Amino acid sequence: MVMSKINKEIGIISAINGPVIKGKNMSSFKMREMVTVGEKQLIGEVIVLEGDIGTVQVYEETEGLKTGEVIIPTGRPLSLKLGPGLLKNMFDGIQRPLKKIQEISPVYIPEGIGLLSIDDKKLWDTTITAKLGDVLAEGNIFGLVQETEVIQNRLMVPPNISGTVVEVVTNGLYTIEAVLVKIQDEKKEFHELKMAQEWPVRTPRPNAYRRETLVPLVTGQRVIDIFFPIAKGGTAAIPGGFGTGKTMTQHQLAKWSDADIIVYIGCGERGNEMTEVIEEFPKLLDPQSGKSIMERTVLIANTSNMPVAAREASIYTGVTIAEYYRDMGYAVALMADSTSRWAEALREISGRLEEMPAEEGYPAYLPSRIAEFYERAGSVETLGGGEGSITIIGAVSPAGGDFSEPVTENTKRFVNVFLALDKNLAYARHYPAINWLESYSGYIKILSDWYEDNVAEDCIELRNKMLELLYEENKLLEMVMLVGEDVLPDDQRWILEIAKIIKVGYLQQNAYNKEDTYVPLEKQYAMLKSIEYLYEKGREGLKLGIPTSQLKDLDIFNQFIKMKYTIPNDDLSGIDRLKDDIDRFYDKLLKKYVDLEGNNEKRIFKN
Amino acid sequence: MKKEYLKIDKVIGPLIEISEVDDVFYGEVVDIIDIDTGSIKKGKVIKIEEKNVIIQVFQNTAGLAAGNSIIKFTGESFNLPMSLDLQGRIFNGVGEPIDNGSAIFSAIEANINGRPINPMSREYPRNFIQTGISSIDTLATLIRGQKLPIFSGNGLPHNELAAQIVKQAQLGENTGEVFGVVFAAIGVKHDDEKFFRKSFSEANIMDHVVMFVNYADDPIAERITTPRCALTAAEYLAFEKNMHVLVVMTDMTSYCEALREISSAREEVPSRKGYPGYMYSDLAALYERAGMLRDRKGSITFLPILTMPNDDITHPIPDLTGYITEGQIVLGRDLFQRSIYPPVAVLPSLSRLMKDGIGEGFTREDHADVTNQLFASYSKVQEVRTLSQIIGEEDLSQTDKKYMAFGRAFEAEFLNQGFDESRNIIESLDLGWRLLSLLPLTELDRLSPENIKKYFSQES
Ligand SMILES: Nc1ncnc2c1ncn2[C@@H]1O[C@H](COP(=O)(O)OP(=O)(O)OP(=O)(O)O)[C@@H](O)[C@H]1O
Ligand SMILES: [Mg+2]
Repeated sequence: MVMSKINKEIGIISAINGPVIKGKNMSSFKMREMVTVGEKQLIGEVIVLEGDIGTVQVYEETEGLKTGEVIIPTGRPLSLKLGPGLLKNMFDGIQRPLKKIQEISPVYIPEGIGLLSIDDKKLWDTTITAKLGDVLAEGNIFGLVQETEVIQNRLMVPPNISGTVVEVVTNGLYTIEAVLVKIQDEKKEFHELKMAQEWPVRTPRPNAYRRETLVPLVTGQRVIDIFFPIAKGGTAAIPGGFGTGKTMTQHQLAKWSDADIIVYIGCGERGNEMTEVIEEFPKLLDPQSGKSIMERTVLIANTSNMPVAAREASIYTGVTIAEYYRDMGYAVALMADSTSRWAEALREISGRLEEMPAEEGYPAYLPSRIAEFYERAGSVETLGGGEGSITIIGAVSPAGGDFSEPVTENTKRFVNVFLALDKNLAYARHYPAINWLESYSGYIKILSDWYEDNVAEDCIELRNKMLELLYEENKLLEMVMLVGEDVLPDDQRWILEIAKIIKVGYLQQNAYNKEDTYVPLEKQYAMLKSIEYLYEKGREGLKLGIPTSQLKDLDIFNQFIKMKYTIPNDDLSGIDRLKDDIDRFYDKLLKKYVDLEGNNEKRIFKN
Repeated sequence: MKKEYLKIDKVIGPLIEISEVDDVFYGEVVDIIDIDTGSIKKGKVIKIEEKNVIIQVFQNTAGLAAGNSIIKFTGESFNLPMSLDLQGRIFNGVGEPIDNGSAIFSAIEANINGRPINPMSREYPRNFIQTGISSIDTLATLIRGQKLPIFSGNGLPHNELAAQIVKQAQLGENTGEVFGVVFAAIGVKHDDEKFFRKSFSEANIMDHVVMFVNYADDPIAERITTPRCALTAAEYLAFEKNMHVLVVMTDMTSYCEALREISSAREEVPSRKGYPGYMYSDLAALYERAGMLRDRKGSITFLPILTMPNDDITHPIPDLTGYITEGQIVLGRDLFQRSIYPPVAVLPSLSRLMKDGIGEGFTREDHADVTNQLFASYSKVQEVRTLSQIIGEEDLSQTDKKYMAFGRAFEAEFLNQGFDESRNIIESLDLGWRLLSLLPLTELDRLSPENIKKYFSQES
């Protein structure tokens, strides 16, 4: 049936090599065109055209294919159906809902199930906001659908279309394919506007212009929000060897960051991790909306055992969905775990194409692909005149945990925040194992106004001071490793003591603890400020010659280590009480020493 | 009627190339029949280019030449008959019996490559399996349905450890659930295979074991199918027959080396250390077959063993494995040399699934605290040891001296345990508390006040 509709040539399979096949008779095919392959109608995409011969990457298992079977063009590039029904859903790498696949096959994913997408039967309660005679430009909103409890889908005129409204339906229940509005453009041509629109995954969706990113993505994770903040619309990478906490960190960001929409791409990773998300997310409440975080989440799962070509596509599928919500004026955060698996998919396909490899077998175009992906992040003025943003946070899995390999190196060139995970911290169960010496955020400067206005005047100053203290500690520890701690002078030992509090009490954040898994900025600041307070109190003592051993009150130190658990997120009075304890202890100690010294002086005077 | 071919154009290692072939499919199984003896070797189509076909032969290609063999395309994928009768039997790496027993007959056949499990259909594994080994149960807890490899090195007692786990693990005996073991030996010495067979029969579970064996002197290409056959059997027993299956597989290093050898015969572009770029995906296609399903009772718990070349954990084989599995149990040579058994190097060891399978209602409420504290304190021991090597133990601070004592006791009493000694989790946790009490309470910052009150008592 498909054949008769298209009076194009039909390709004939001439070679099969894993996910890469070649066909003859394909001169009328287009580059990047979506095709169906063989009797099973596997889905594929044309990736090379040379005269009559075309090369296709196939998104499904190719076992069973024969030469001589047909390759049928679809006339369009690999595209997504964008509309209500994306949220709360989980898709494979080419946007097929895994729930629907499960209905077809209960356990395993079969090949040849064809192209599925968001539900086209479901009726959505639709409010049409456009009126007859309205002039609509691309990106303008013509209707509204409450897609989930927290997210309103703003129905947009697709890019490259505009005109005057000549027909509208009444408010009511419609499917995503129903024609809701008709517009007529300047050339008197009519365009039908539906809830759903299609968009090719490899083409970035247009926007009016890029804006500056001035607001942080608040994640509730202390080491990120205070030390290495990510701007909304910015880019970040989380590299780390296996088991250092990339996925945990990405999950934490997906759960708690203050984006409107989360797009989470499990790219070539474990099936169980996606299952965990499906089981866990619906039960977690978003601190902003108070509703389940699933209400704002889209999941893409191309697990490591799924076909490798679809893994390559999954990244683009995810970012295109992100752009769709950005265009509605939402702040979207996209997590890709792991971009290295995507790069490896590129490498595998490239190898099968017998392309000339560059470093470590990766194709020479690896850097440009990575750059193109991260460039799709950004804060923009949308075509419709709103403000939207996409923040991209990519996990990187360096071979051998060595950051000098091509994917990490090239990612580093194109992202502004680098959250380096450290094997030794992970071994010591210091989580999140983000190494504060190697990590950086390029957004400190542009975000400092925001922090000053919204958190505290001295927030960034405090951050810098505490970070310097950690740098100082690192130097001192190198010395300690050579000569032992005992030989250090007291002021340096005091730095070690305070640094330990920062590390254990502040930087370590337990994702499994109810109170600690997400911490509001106010508490993040207050905690750090109180550590500074302790530090300074101790320094007063040091000036009087009080030894570190006496400055360290076990009870107070213990309170600092535990304050993340003991001080509730919504009641910071405990921090004030802690300060009172500090005052009491040090006032007494200092007084004792002053008196003692006074006595000494008197004694000297007497003699 | 499928065509038969007489002409072999090329033999390169485990691959043969033939031309002028029609009507074959990708992945099709071929029989290569020796004209003189009638013996059959199996192979599989791995590349088709026009009428040229490359076949990967699972048995030895030595002696294969143009004219002495018939290549017969079977029209089938690589399928194995599945039945409960697999249990208690021994097969080679392509699923043929090697125990003199009869062939398995069954109407049910399964493709050994399996298919990806839909993440929607999985159930997140949460049930604790007690192995009776303190270091594992406490610090890298095994969860039913988990894939948890043992990273070992040449000469280290990984086989003993795996055998001890099989012997002691409460796989289902007590709960009345049906359990089974699938054992795959890939490129192993005859001695090693015998060792496992002996320990299975000592544990009286031979009737529950399905064995697939590819010896070190067996053909390399058969190593590619050995784990696939084993996992196909495991999937059948777990997901069709509702059994709790433990899959033990050794040595994954031999598997990866076979993969490399075939890749280089195919003249593919190598990535690190000559291993093919798709090794991650290939290994994942094996490891991801472990797990649990929402609407099936059974489970596949997967315990692969690999030997790290030069004990190097960053070598591509352990590295890629660690990126796929749900943690790892790492064996350390220094512990082994100090006669500590099992020599589990706890710091790099990890169980990613333990978080949901421990604590109140599963093991005991203090489990997470004890784990975290032991890790933190033992990692501090490493620092102190480095320091003591420089300045001498005498000159360490009082606290550091206590760390030295704790480190020694931890290794001698907690890590070290007999091959036949099984400790239950409560014993292991209590032992953990006792060792932690060697340290000043002020150093124990991972323990909650409630747990300290309940379980901590300082030794004098
Ligand atoms: N913030 C955290 N809080 C508590 N535990 C953590 C945290 N981060 C990581 N972990 C621990 O580390 C383990 C490994 O983390 P994770 O699975 O995120 O590693 P990964 O870097 O994604 O590894 P891979 O590359 O193999 O996927 C987790 O199972 C958990 O036990
Ligand atoms: Mg991960």
